[in-house]
Amino acid sequence: MSNGTSVPWADLPEWPAVEFVAATAAELERGGRLCAWFGVPENSGTRLVAIIAFDSENTLAVGRSAPVTKSYPSLTLLHPQAHLFEREVWEQHGLVPEGHPWLKPVRRQNGDHPANGKFFQVAGGEIHEVAVGPVHAGIIEPGHFRFQCNGEEVLHLEIALGYQHRGVEEALTGGPHRATMSQLETVAGDTTIGHATAYATILEALAGTEAPLRAQWLRAIALELERLANHTGDLGALANDVAFLPTASACGKIRGDFLNLTALICGNRFGRGLVRPGGCKHDLETERAAQLLAKLRVALAEVDEAAEWLWDSNSVRARFEFMGTISAAQAAEIGLVGVAARAAGLVRDVRFDHPAGWHRFAPVPVAVWPDGDVLARARVRWLEIQRSAKFIEEQLAAPAEGEIFSANGELAGDALAVALVESWRGEVCHVALTDVAGKFRRYKIVDASFHNWMGLALAMRGQAISDFPICNKSFNLSYCGFDL
Amino acid sequence: MIVALDIILRLAAWLLLAPLLPGIINKVKAWVAGRRGPPVLQLYFDLAKLWRKSVVLSTAVSPAHVAGPAAAWIAIITAALLLPVGPAGASCSFRGDALLFVYLLAFARFCIVLAALDTGSAFEGMGVAREVSYAVLAEAAIITALLTLCVQSGSVSLATMLAPSAGAGAALLAAGLFGVLLAENCRVPFDDPNTHLELTMIHEVMVLDHSGPPLAAILHGASLKLLLFAVLLTEAVLPLGKLSLLQAIGALVASVFVVAIAIGLVESLLARLAFRRVPLLLTTAFLFCLFALLVAWKGGRL
Repeated sequence: MSNGTSVPWADLPEWPAVEFVAATAAELERGGRLCAWFGVPENSGTRLVAIIAFDSENTLAVGRSAPVTKSYPSLTLLHPQAHLFEREVWEQHGLVPEGHPWLKPVRRQNGDHPANGKFFQVAGGEIHEVAVGPVHAGIIEPGHFRFQCNGEEVLHLEIALGYQHRGVEEALTGGPHRATMSQLETVAGDTTIGHATAYATILEALAGTEAPLRAQWLRAIALELERLANHTGDLGALANDVAFLPTASACGKIRGDFLNLTALICGNRFGRGLVRPGGCKHDLETERAAQLLAKLRVALAEVDEAAEWLWDSNSVRARFEFMGTISAAQAAEIGLVGVAARAAGLVRDVRFDHPAGWHRFAPVPVAVWPDGDVLARARVRWLEIQRSAKFIEEQLAAPAEGEIFSANGELAGDALAVALVESWRGEVCHVALTDVAGKFRRYKIVDASFHNWMGLALAMRGQAISDFPICNKSFNLSYCGFDL
Repeated sequence: MIVALDIILRLAAWLLLAPLLPGIINKVKAWVAGRRGPPVLQLYFDLAKLWRKSVVLSTAVSPAHVAGPAAAWIAIITAALLLPVGPAGASCSFRGDALLFVYLLAFARFCIVLAALDTGSAFEGMGVAREVSYAVLAEAAIITALLTLCVQSGSVSLATMLAPSAGAGAALLAAGLFGVLLAENCRVPFDDPNTHLELTMIHEVMVLDHSGPPLAAILHGASLKLLLFAVLLTEAVLPLGKLSLLQAIGALVASVFVVAIAIGLVESLLARLAFRRVPLLLTTAFLFCLFALLVAWKGGRL
C-alpha cells in the first residue's frame, strides 16, 4: 500500500506468530524499515501488526499475526530497531518477546509510575553513576537519564521516560470523539501540524476521500513553517549550549518570527486549529500570502546572518565537530528517522520517499550530511531551513485554486489506514484500525522521538558527560511525543 | 584610630563595589546581543533577596555545608585587605604576603569544595573534580606571575611588587593573568556562568544545594574575587604606585571597567571550550606568565 491510504482489515496477510516474526525479519532484511509494531487485542489474544516502509520503492507493507496469547520469538535479536516496539507491546498487552535482551517497561512501571526501575549498571571501582532528572535545572520536559561514567567519560546511558504519559492512544479508542482533533494537535506541541496532518490524512483515507488540493497545499506550507521555526530554535539552542551568544540570542527571536507566520495563517503560533479532517479551517488569501512572503524573506535574511556567525566561529566548530557521532550503519540498525538519520548520511525523508498530499506535486530534495556528529545535525537543519523557505516561496507563487474544505464522509468499517508525515523532527506514523461501525478500534501513534531516543544514548558512548546537553540538543527529541 | 578608619573604609569599598562587576559584564553581554539585559545593580537585589530568605538544608549535610561558604567569604575579604591600592599601599603588608594572598584564595576554594562535597550529590562531586583539577593549573600560572613581579621588584611583598609596572613583559603578563582571571572566576570559555545545564557546570554546580544567606555569601565572595583579580591584573601591568592617590584610583577604576568590558566581550563572542581542551588553554596562560618571568629575569641584562 502507499502512504495515506487504507485497506480492509480482512485483506491483510496473516501468519502464525513465529512465521510472522520471520517474515517481518525477512522484509527488514531486504531493505525495509520498521515504522510501527503494535498489538491489537482480540477475544482470544493479541494480534501483532507490523508496518514496514520500503523507502526506495516508495511503498509500505502491512502484515498481521494470528492472535498470540503469551509469547512470541523476539524480533529484536535480528533487528535491534524493533527493541522499543517489543517492550511497548509487552507493557501494553503482556506479550513476552522471547529472548529480548532488555525487557523493561517503556512508559510505566507497576501501574502508573514511570519506567525508572532497574538500570543497566557497569561494575568497577572507578565507575560512578550519575542520575539526572526527571526534575531538571531548566524549564524542560521531564525525563530520567542514568549515566555510567568513568570520570568524565560516559560508558553507557540509559534513558527512562514516561513522566508525561497521558493515555492518548487509549483515549482514542472508540473515537473519533469531539476532543480527538485537539488531543492529536497536542501529542507533541511543537509538532502540531505534523500530527494533525497525519490524523487528518488517516480520517480522509478511511472515508475514501482526499482533502481539496488547496487544503493540501496549505498544509504543506504550514508543515514547512513549523520546520523553519523549530530548526531555527534548535540552531539557537545549540549555540546557547556552547555559550555562543550572538546566534543564540538572534535565533531565539527569529524562531518567534517564524511562529508568527503560522499565526498569520491561522491565528495560532503553533498551528492549532488549522488542519482539520476534510481540509483546513483557514484559507490564505492572496493579500495575506503576500504578507507572509514578505515577512518570510525578512526572517530568512536574519537567520542567514545568525547561522553565518555560527559556522564562522572556530570555537563553535571545535565543539560541534566529532561530537556525538552516529555512523550510518548504526543509524540504519536502530532505525533512526528524520534529521538524525539524514545527518548520518541516510537518505530518509517521508516527503521524498513516501509523498502524500501536496508533496506528490511538489517534491522536496532531501538534505543529507554524512558525518553523523553534532555539526552534521546542525548542518542538516541549516540546509532544511533554506530548502523549506525556498519551498514555501515556490508554493506561494503557484497556489492551488478551489475549496479549502469539504466535509469528510463516513469512515469505512473494519479497515486499517496508515499515514506518514515528515514532521520537522522526523517521521510521524499514525495507524488507525476501525471496527464494524467505523469507530477506532486501535489507534497507534509513533513520533520520530520513539525511534530516535536510542540514537542519543548511542551517541553519548565514549563522550564526556559534560557534552550531554549539546548532544541532547542536537537531537532535540520530544518527551511528550514519546510518552503519549 | 586612623588605621581602623582606613581599614573600615577599604573594607566598605571592596564589599560594596564588588557586586557591580558582574552587573557591568551582563550589561555588555546584553548590549552585544541586542537585548536590554538585567539592571547593573541586579546582583545587589539578588543578594538582598537571598539575605532575607531562610536556609533549606538537606538531611545529609553536616555543619560544614554552612560553615564552608562563611569561611570562604572571610578568606576572600582577608585577601582583599592584603591587596594594595595604588600609592596608598595595603591595609596590612609584610614580607611574603603575596603567597598568603594566593593561598587565602585557595583556602576559600577549599571551603566551597568541602561544602559542596558535603552534600554527597553526584553533580557536586563532578563539579568539585573539575574545579580542583583546573585550579591546579591556574595556580601554576598565578604563582609564576607573582614570581615575575618578585624578580622585577626584588620584593615578596605585594605593596612593593605591584607598585611599578611589569616592564617589558607587561603584555605577556597581562595575557596570562587575564586567562587566569577567566578560569578562576568561572567565565567563558572555561565555564558558563549562565548555563542551566547541571552536567556542564563547574562552579555553579558546586553551589546548587546552597540557599539563603550562605548562597549570598558565595555569590558575593565570587564577585569580590573577580574584582580582586581585575585589580591585581591592573596593578601588575600599570605603574599605579608611581601616581598620586587620586590619579591611581581614577586609573584603577577605569582599568577595572575595561577588564569587565573585555570579559563581557569574550563571553559574547566565544563559545566555551570542551573540558578536555581547558588544560591546554590554562597551560597557555601559564606559558605567558613563564615568558614574562624570563623577560623579567634575563631582560635586564641584555
